[in-house]
Amino acid sequence: MSNLYQGATGDWEVVIGLEIHAQVISESKLFSGSSTKFGSEPNTQVSFVCSAQPGMLPVINDECVRQAIRTGLAMGCQINLRSVFDRKNYFYADLPQGYQISQFKDPIVGEGVVTVDLEDGSTKDIGVERLHLEQDAGKSMHDQHPTMTYVDLNRSGVALMEIVSMPDMRSAEEAGAYFKKIRSLVRYAGTCDGNMDQGSMRADVNVSVRRPGEELGTRTETKNVNSIRYMMLVIESEIRRQVGVLEDGGTIAQETRLFEVATGTTRTMRSKEEAHDYRYFPDPDLLPLEFSQELVDKLAKEMPELADAKRDRFIKDLHITSYNASVLVAEKESADYFEELLAATVAKTAKPVSELGTLVSNWVTGDLFGALKKLGKGITESPVSIEHAAELLNLQVDGTISGRIAKEVFELMLETGSSPETIVEEKGLKQVSDTGAIETMIDEILAANADKVEQYRGGKDKLYGFFVGQVMKQTGGKANPQVVNQLLRPKLDG
Amino acid sequence: MTELTKLTLSAARDGLHNGDFTSAEITAEHLNAIDDAKELNTYIEVTSDQAMNMAASADAMIKDGNAKGMTGIPIGIKDLYCTKGVHSQSASHILDGFKPEYESTVTSNLWNDGAVMLGKTNMDEFAMGSSNENSYYGPVINPWRATGSDKNTVPGGSSGGSAAAVAADISIATTGTDTGGSIRQPASFTGLVGFKPTYGRCSRFGMIAFASSLDQAGPLTKTVRDAAIMMESMAGYDAKDSTSINVEVPNYEAALTGDIRGLKVGIPKEYHSDGMPAAIEKLWQQGIGWLKDAGAEIVDISLPHTKYALPTYYIVAPAECSSNLARYDGVKYGLRVAGDSLDDMYKNTRAAGFGDEVKRRILIGTYVLSAGYYDAYYLKAQRVRTLIADDFKSAYQKCDVILTPTAPSEAFNLGDKVSDPLAMYLNDVFTVPASLAGLPGISVPAGLSSDGLPLGLQLLGQAFGEEQLLNVADVLETAAGFNIKPAKWWGE
Repeated sequence: MSNLYQGATGDWEVVIGLEIHAQVISESKLFSGSSTKFGSEPNTQVSFVCSAQPGMLPVINDECVRQAIRTGLAMGCQINLRSVFDRKNYFYADLPQGYQISQFKDPIVGEGVVTVDLEDGSTKDIGVERLHLEQDAGKSMHDQHPTMTYVDLNRSGVALMEIVSMPDMRSAEEAGAYFKKIRSLVRYAGTCDGNMDQGSMRADVNVSVRRPGEELGTRTETKNVNSIRYMMLVIESEIRRQVGVLEDGGTIAQETRLFEVATGTTRTMRSKEEAHDYRYFPDPDLLPLEFSQELVDKLAKEMPELADAKRDRFIKDLHITSYNASVLVAEKESADYFEELLAATVAKTAKPVSELGTLVSNWVTGDLFGALKKLGKGITESPVSIEHAAELLNLQVDGTISGRIAKEVFELMLETGSSPETIVEEKGLKQVSDTGAIETMIDEILAANADKVEQYRGGKDKLYGFFVGQVMKQTGGKANPQVVNQLLRPKLDG
Repeated sequence: MTELTKLTLSAARDGLHNGDFTSAEITAEHLNAIDDAKELNTYIEVTSDQAMNMAASADAMIKDGNAKGMTGIPIGIKDLYCTKGVHSQSASHILDGFKPEYESTVTSNLWNDGAVMLGKTNMDEFAMGSSNENSYYGPVINPWRATGSDKNTVPGGSSGGSAAAVAADISIATTGTDTGGSIRQPASFTGLVGFKPTYGRCSRFGMIAFASSLDQAGPLTKTVRDAAIMMESMAGYDAKDSTSINVEVPNYEAALTGDIRGLKVGIPKEYHSDGMPAAIEKLWQQGIGWLKDAGAEIVDISLPHTKYALPTYYIVAPAECSSNLARYDGVKYGLRVAGDSLDDMYKNTRAAGFGDEVKRRILIGTYVLSAGYYDAYYLKAQRVRTLIADDFKSAYQKCDVILTPTAPSEAFNLGDKVSDPLAMYLNDVFTVPASLAGLPGISVPAGLSSDGLPLGLQLLGQAFGEEQLLNVADVLETAAGFNIKPAKWWGE
C-alpha cells in the first residue's frame, strides 16, 4: 500500500497533523455560569465574566474538567492530575478579555494512540499528542451593517477541547478516518455532540510534503475547517500546491491559510512574520487544576461503551455480521436505535437476543436505512417508532406475516404512520397457515395444470416455483411459504 | 460641631451602640467635612443620598439590636472596588462612564454589616503609583505639610485618596488595596494604620485588577483596633475568587490582648539601607526598644534575596497588568475613540484612555512576556519570587513577626518625583517583599520626621497570622503613642 503522491519529478510523501477543536457538552461555560445553548438570540447568554467586565474572575466548571478526562480516557491517553491554565494574549473584538484562557505547557490530557479503520480494511495507529481545555471566542458578524461589525458573545467562554494529533497521517483518507474516529469517540463518550455544521467540531489542518525518507518539510496550517469533506479537499489542494511550488524550485512559507469553499482551495491568511506573539503565561486568577486518581478511576468505571467495544460485542453476542455491526456503530444514534429495537423485539417475541440479532440488524441496516435515505432523514428523525418497528418484526417472527409482506407493511407504516398490526388487520395481510385451506388450493391448482404436473414429473424441476407462485397468487402472497412447501412437494413427487 | 468626624471607628461603634448619636448624624457630619475639603481631591465621587439612606438603614439595624462592628460607620471606598450603579473606574479615563451592574465581594460584606458608603476615593490610575499623582482626576493632596511649609505633599499611593480622607477626618476609615505597598506606604505618609492581610484572605471579586497574584484588599484606619474591626467585616472565603482561601475569619479585635511577652520579633539586616534618612533608622531602633520593653525577644534575621524584590516585582506586576488591562479596548464599555479600522480604534482608545505610568507598565509587561524574553525575565522573576517566599519561611523558623520601616522616606512634595519613575519605584522597597510572598503586613504610625511629617513602622506576619500581627501592632501603637493630627489648612 503506497500513500506516495506522484509529482512531475518523482514521489512525494505527505505529512499531516490535525488540531481538532471539539466543543464540550456542558450546561454552562468553562469559567462562568452562562448557558451554552446553541442558536439563542445574540448576546443573551452572556455573564459579567464572559463579557470581561472589570473585576470579574473566572471559576472553573468542574463538569468541563470531567468531560476532558472522559475524552482523554476514550482516546486511551495519559491523564495529567495536575495541569495549568495559561493566558493566550491577543486583541480581537470578539475576544472580550483580550486573552483566551487555554492550557499551554501543562495540558490536562497527555499522549495516547487511536486506531483508525481505512477503506481497504486495514487499520492504522495515529498518535495523540495532547488534549487541552480552552475558552472559545465570541462571534464577529460582518454582514449586519454596511460599515460596522457586530459581536455576539453567546459563544464567548464556551469550553473547547483542543485535541492535537502527532504528524502521523500520510493521506487525506487517513486524516478523514482519524477525524471520524475522534468524532465517534467524543460522541460515544458524550463529551461533544460532533455537530460540525454548528461548529461544535472543527479542525486546523497542518500539511507538509517531503521526499520519502527525508527530513520533514515546512508545514502550512489551514484554520477552522468544519467538515470532513472540506478537510480532505484542503489536504489535496495543499499537496498539489506545495508539490507544485517545490518542483518549480520554490520554497514553502510557514504560514496560516484559509480554506475557500467556492474554489475548494486555500489562500494565505497570515505569514510567519505576521504571526501573533501570544505571550502565554500562567493565569494568575486560577490555581493549577488538580484532581485525584480516584476521580479518574471513577470516571473510567462509569464510561459508556465505545464504538469498537460495541461492534465486537454485537458480533460475538448477537451473532450479527461484521459488516452490519460496523454500519450500526458508525453513528452512536444508529447503535442506540438498534439496541433499543432489539430489546423491544426481545420483549415482544420472548426469544433470546442471539436469535434476533441478525433479523433486527438486517432490518435496521437494510429496510430502515434505505427508507431514511430516500426520505433524506437521520435515524433520530425516523418516522417509525421503536414500538412499531418491534411490532413489525414480531409479526414476522411469530409467522403472522412473511418477510415479503413485512416489507409491504413497512411501506404502509411509512406512508400512514399506523401500527403494523392495524395495517395487517385492515389490509387482510395475515399469512395463511391453515393447512386444510392450502391443501384444497394445491389440489385445485394441480388439477387445473395437469400438463405442467406431467412435465415436472418428467424431470422439469424448475416448474416447482411455478406451483408455489400459483399458490401465492391465489392467496395474495399470504400463504405461509413453509406450509406450502410441506404440502406441495409430496403431492407433486407422489 | 465637628466632634463626630474625629472619632475612631471603635469609638464611633461604641457610641452608636450606646445610642450616644446616630449613623445619620455621623454620616451627615462627614459629608459636610468632605464638602469642606474638596481641595484635597480625595473623593472622585461623593454618594451623599446613598450615604444618608444607608445611614438610616444602619440606624434601624442598631435599633433592632442587630448591630455589628461596622454598622453605621461612614467609610470611603477606593475607586477600583466595583460598587453597583456607582462610579467604579480605577481613576482611569479609559473607564469613562462605566458603572458596574454588580458589587464587589468586599464591599458587599461591608454593606451587609451595615457600613455606610460616603463615596469613591481617588487613587493612582489602576493602582499604579506611589504618590497618587497618576490619577485621571488629578493628584490627591496630603493633609500633612512639613513644619512651616505651605508646599503640598503627596499622600503616597496608590490608595492616596483613601489615606488622605482618613487623615483629614473626612472618613472614619476607608478601603484600600495593596499590590506592592499601596495601603502601607500611604498609611506611613499620612500617619495612619494601613493593613494588608494575607493574599487570599479577602476576595478579589469585583476589584478592578492590577496584578492578580499580588492585589489584596485592606483597610486604612486611625487605629489598629479599627483595622481589626474593619478587617473582620471585609475578609472571608469567596467561591467567586479561585485564589481566595477557605479559612475561618477570626474575631480580630479579640486578639488584641496587649500581651506580647516571649514573642520573637525578627529584625532583617537587609532592610538597613545606606540612603535611609537618620530619622527613619532612629525610629526603627525605637520600635525595637518598645517591643523589647513590652517583653518581646528581638532576633536578628536575614532575608537574603531582599535586594531582588523590587526588580522582581517590576517584572511580575507589569506582566500581569499588561494582560489584565487588555480588556480595556473600547469595544464593550468605557471610552471609545473612533478609528478607521479596528486596530486604529484600539490604538486611539488606549492612547487616549491610559495615563503615562499605566502605558509604561503595559509596555514593560508586554516586553517581559514576549517570545525570546519570557525565560530571561518573567520566568526568572517567578523563580526569584519563590526564593523570596522561602526567605520568609526560613525567617519564621526563628521569629514570629518582623519589624521594619514602612517606607524609605517621609511624604515628599507634590511633583518632586513624577519625572523619575525609578526613584518613585524605590518607595516600595520595604513593602514589596511581603507582597511577593503573599504575607500580611501592617504599617503603624510611630513618629515624625525632622520636617514634622509622619513616619510608619511596618510589621510583617506569617500567612494567616493576622491575629498575632494585629496584637503586636496594637502594642507598638500604644508604645509609640502617636496622636498628632495634621494642622488643618484647607477649607473654611
